[in-house]
Amino acid sequence: MTSPQLEVLLQTIIAGLLLGGLYALIGIGMTLIMGVMKIINLAHGELMMVAMYIAYVLYSSFHIDPYLSVFLAAPVLFLLGVLLQKYLITPVLRVDAIIPENQVILTVGIGMVLSNVAAIIFSSDYRSTPVDYSTKAWYLTDIWKGSPIELSLSMPWSVSFVFAVLITVALWFFLAKTDLGKSIRATAQDKDAATLMGVNVGFMRIVSFGLGSSLVGAAGCLFIPIYYLYPDLGGQFTLIAFVITILGGLGSTVGAIVGGLILGVFESLTATYIGMGWAPVGRFVIFVLALIFIPGGILSLFKRRR
Amino acid sequence: MLEIKNINVFYGDVQVIRDISFKVNEGEIVALVGANGAGKSTTLKTISGLVKPESGEIIFNGTHLAKVEPYRLIEHGIVHVPEGRRLFVDMSVEENLDMGSLKGAAKAEREKTREMVYKLFPRLLERKKQLGGTLSGGEQQMLAIGRGLMSKPKLMMFDEPSLGLAPILVREIFSILGNIREEGTTVLIVEQNVKQTLSISDRAYVLENGRVVIEGTGADLLNDEHVKKAYLGV
Repeated sequence: MTSPQLEVLLQTIIAGLLLGGLYALIGIGMTLIMGVMKIINLAHGELMMVAMYIAYVLYSSFHIDPYLSVFLAAPVLFLLGVLLQKYLITPVLRVDAIIPENQVILTVGIGMVLSNVAAIIFSSDYRSTPVDYSTKAWYLTDIWKGSPIELSLSMPWSVSFVFAVLITVALWFFLAKTDLGKSIRATAQDKDAATLMGVNVGFMRIVSFGLGSSLVGAAGCLFIPIYYLYPDLGGQFTLIAFVITILGGLGSTVGAIVGGLILGVFESLTATYIGMGWAPVGRFVIFVLALIFIPGGILSLFKRRR
Repeated sequence: MLEIKNINVFYGDVQVIRDISFKVNEGEIVALVGANGAGKSTTLKTISGLVKPESGEIIFNGTHLAKVEPYRLIEHGIVHVPEGRRLFVDMSVEENLDMGSLKGAAKAEREKTREMVYKLFPRLLERKKQLGGTLSGGEQQMLAIGRGLMSKPKLMMFDEPSLGLAPILVREIFSILGNIREEGTTVLIVEQNVKQTLSISDRAYVLENGRVVIEGTGADLLNDEHVKKAYLGV
């Protein structure tokens, strides 16, 4: 392999990992909701779209940096998630319906409403936050003069990635070390046993939906400096979150991280070596392969059988 | 302490509990015995609030449990060690124990109670970082009991604690139930292992087809002709 070819490959993998970090954050939000609720939240991408519009408005009206708006949009999305769960999804859970998955269908409806409301308010124009660091990058030869190859690291991508890692670590700490976090995990594993231990399962569902929404909301704020925004963008990210959750094994946080990184790298490789437009195709190839060959998710390959 | 008055429970159109009444006095070991499907587990689930009775009353220390949210029962001092252990399989032994002490005094005394549980079950201390799902059957039952003890209960309800365990472990579990009572916790136990259960019980009720058919002291029931014929095989 000649050195330009190696450069392209390494650069592609780096880009894929950075993208994968953000995908992981989206996937973790989805997997958290799935673990506790046992439903797929098909409004996940639309919730991210809402957070992106929040970041966009904060930037265009008040010139607040999108990275700062994480701290505003995430709580707002938490609240939105709580309200959706409490007033729309919980009542549907109580009803005996002809189709058992009616809550999933409800989330589809929520997603449609959100994207149409966005279209009414903001029109379907493409928006972005043209921050001045959007094209800045660090170069390997600046740090290591004698480097035989040249690699670059985009500044906004890297900052977004670091944010995503920090949020993931904070979430891990919350789930592993606090009683509330443990109660959420317990609810996901066995809700009746959790009830017997004094866990208010209904409350955990509300908290989980809020948390999942705020995670994907944070991801939205991290995406907007490097992406553009339009009302229908949600569907695409719902599908991405869905693929990650399948790849990672339903309801597994670590699986979502691994799944996100794999998907990011795979899409990046497809975009470089096959063509930009083929990335979504690559995504679905991986999705179908995962469903056929590793239905239990990536981690099931390493887990020993019980 | 606990009084069950004329409860009726349905699963859909099928009545599984028919007008059952019984009581548990403080400091007793009371058993509900009977065959598979007699309604024993359902009775416990009804007390825990996992199943709602069609009619009847459940009163614990003067409180009507129908008015208590199921997840708050543990704060009233009732803990249910469910059938099949129902551990949190992807959580460590220590985390499983933490789950038993989420509220009030139990939370404040978590460290102390945990020491006590580890003393009672040294195996759990050895495996405290291991995931609940990777333990052996006996260890899982110990963990389920330990998790219940973490709530510092006044009344502990056990559903088939001997299920699937080797005879030597069954004896160990039963002797631990005795210890628990000696420590001041009242015990209500549901079992298919009739002989051993009756021998440790102060009083027992025999359930058949959702009804209480015989009641009496453990010793009385061990000598009862019907019990002998139907459950003890003598």
